Amino acid sequence: MNDALDVALRLLVVFVVFLALPLVIGQTEHKVMAHMQGRLGPMYAGGFHGWAQLVADGVKFAQKEDVVPADADRRVFQLAPAVALLPYLLVLLAIPIGPSEGAVGEVIDAGIFFVLAVMGVGVLGSLMAGWASANKFSLLGGLRTAAQLLAYELPMLLAAASVAMAAGTVSLPGIVHAFEWWWLPWQIVGALVFFVAGLAELQRPPFDMPVADSEIIFGAYTEYTGLRFALFLLAEYAGIVVLCGLTTVLFLGGWHGPWGADGLGWVWTLLKTAVLAFVVIWLRVSYPRLREDQLQKLAWTLLVPLALAQIALTGIVKVAIN
Amino acid sequence: MNVAAAAPQGFLSPTGVEIAFVLVGLVTLGAAVVTVTTRQLVHAALWLVVALGGLAVEYLLLTAEFIAWVQVLIYVGSVVVLLLFGLMLTRAPIGRSPDADSGNRPVALAVALAAAAALVWVVVDAFRTQWVDLGQPQGTTDVTGSILFRHWVLPFEALSVLLLAALVGAIVLSRRNATARDATARDATARDAAARDAGSRDAVSHDTGDKEQR
Repeated sequence: MNDALDVALRLLVVFVVFLALPLVIGQTEHKVMAHMQGRLGPMYAGGFHGWAQLVADGVKFAQKEDVVPADADRRVFQLAPAVALLPYLLVLLAIPIGPSEGAVGEVIDAGIFFVLAVMGVGVLGSLMAGWASANKFSLLGGLRTAAQLLAYELPMLLAAASVAMAAGTVSLPGIVHAFEWWWLPWQIVGALVFFVAGLAELQRPPFDMPVADSEIIFGAYTEYTGLRFALFLLAEYAGIVVLCGLTTVLFLGGWHGPWGADGLGWVWTLLKTAVLAFVVIWLRVSYPRLREDQLQKLAWTLLVPLALAQIALTGIVKVAIN
Repeated sequence: MNVAAAAPQGFLSPTGVEIAFVLVGLVTLGAAVVTVTTRQLVHAALWLVVALGGLAVEYLLLTAEFIAWVQVLIYVGSVVVLLLFGLMLTRAPIGRSPDADSGNRPVALAVALAAAAALVWVVVDAFRTQWVDLGQPQGTTDVTGSILFRHWVLPFEALSVLLLAALVGAIVLSRRNATARDATARDATARDAAARDAGSRDAVSHDTGDKEQR
């Protein structure tokens, strides 16, 4: 009985985090972008800096009519947002934020494989949405999404494999336990490749060709309204949380800080994740969008060779140390 | 194998895991049957996701965690995405695809049944009365890795070479077209124009077909 209670409590905590953190990042994005671009946007809702605007937006989304196009494949169309969102909830379950047993939703033996596998499933949601909308722009968006996933999955996996080799384990807590500060320069190339490929997989700017609003009017999400559209947005922000959390755990040493990992380890994890999330937002404001062919070229001719070079380097150093 | 111990077990009074295994197996089988019988191409691909995911759950229930995640990563995450990409790129009408059916149905059924019978026979004959103790995990990454690289290194490497050959072959096939086009540029432009014509005709027929569908 106690075990069941423990599991239920963990699931509840992860679920609350899953609902809260993406909203926090969404709000931060609004505010950071507003100040970087010098156009402040809504400043009055709720008083301080318009913090309640997000709540108002949520209420607005919930009130909108849920439209399914007449020609659409109804069931697939309605199922797509759930397929896009749920994988990130599952991934969040496996990310450790502190050194103790209690600081991770569920310890998974092959953690890296689990998170990368489940993250890849999320893209199926976009594909389903793109096809089921019965809209040429949506279909194009879906196509581009698929092409992007195929291109960037490989460098992401290779970069993660490099860390797994360095740590000698594929379990996420195990990797952070094995982390030393000099891994940072050693694995820096892998970290960059992983982060960039992750951004591309989330279709965040500058890799947002599949969903670019000014080019193919939001791609796979063109026909979505109201709550289902909000779910896709939520999936994007949950994806940012997951990507930043994973980069922190794999490459930045998770709960290790300058003063050891005791006590306040989880603060370090959250802090690093938050800084990375800020970088994600920063990139959106400061980089122009990559064209579709540039996007493919970057993955195949730059990121894959870099990731392979990183694996070679990891292997050489590993053998030299032993 | 050292992971399977011969222990007195009965088919009556199954455990919870065994019941779950059978139920998930039925779902997987059902999804697989729908995959090959549905008249809607993209639905077939999506049912394939269910079937492959069900298989991953079966691996999990057998405590082969590593294999389960690799199954999701490779099959659900990459193969099905590639399949959907191909479908969307060529033809993926919403609704039924009348030309999706093949006249080889009876032959395909016979081959499928024969293959299934052979596999079941091999598995039953190989393991007979051995039972896997699911009490402690048997298929952790550690165990899988050491068995793979101690006992099965040669098949593993042979498979790697096979895959490498396929990869090189694919590159050669796609490159030959490019060089041929460079060599005879004039010829190629003519051929390209013809191909473009054919392509646009295809697109048009696809479009009208699409409209008829709806």
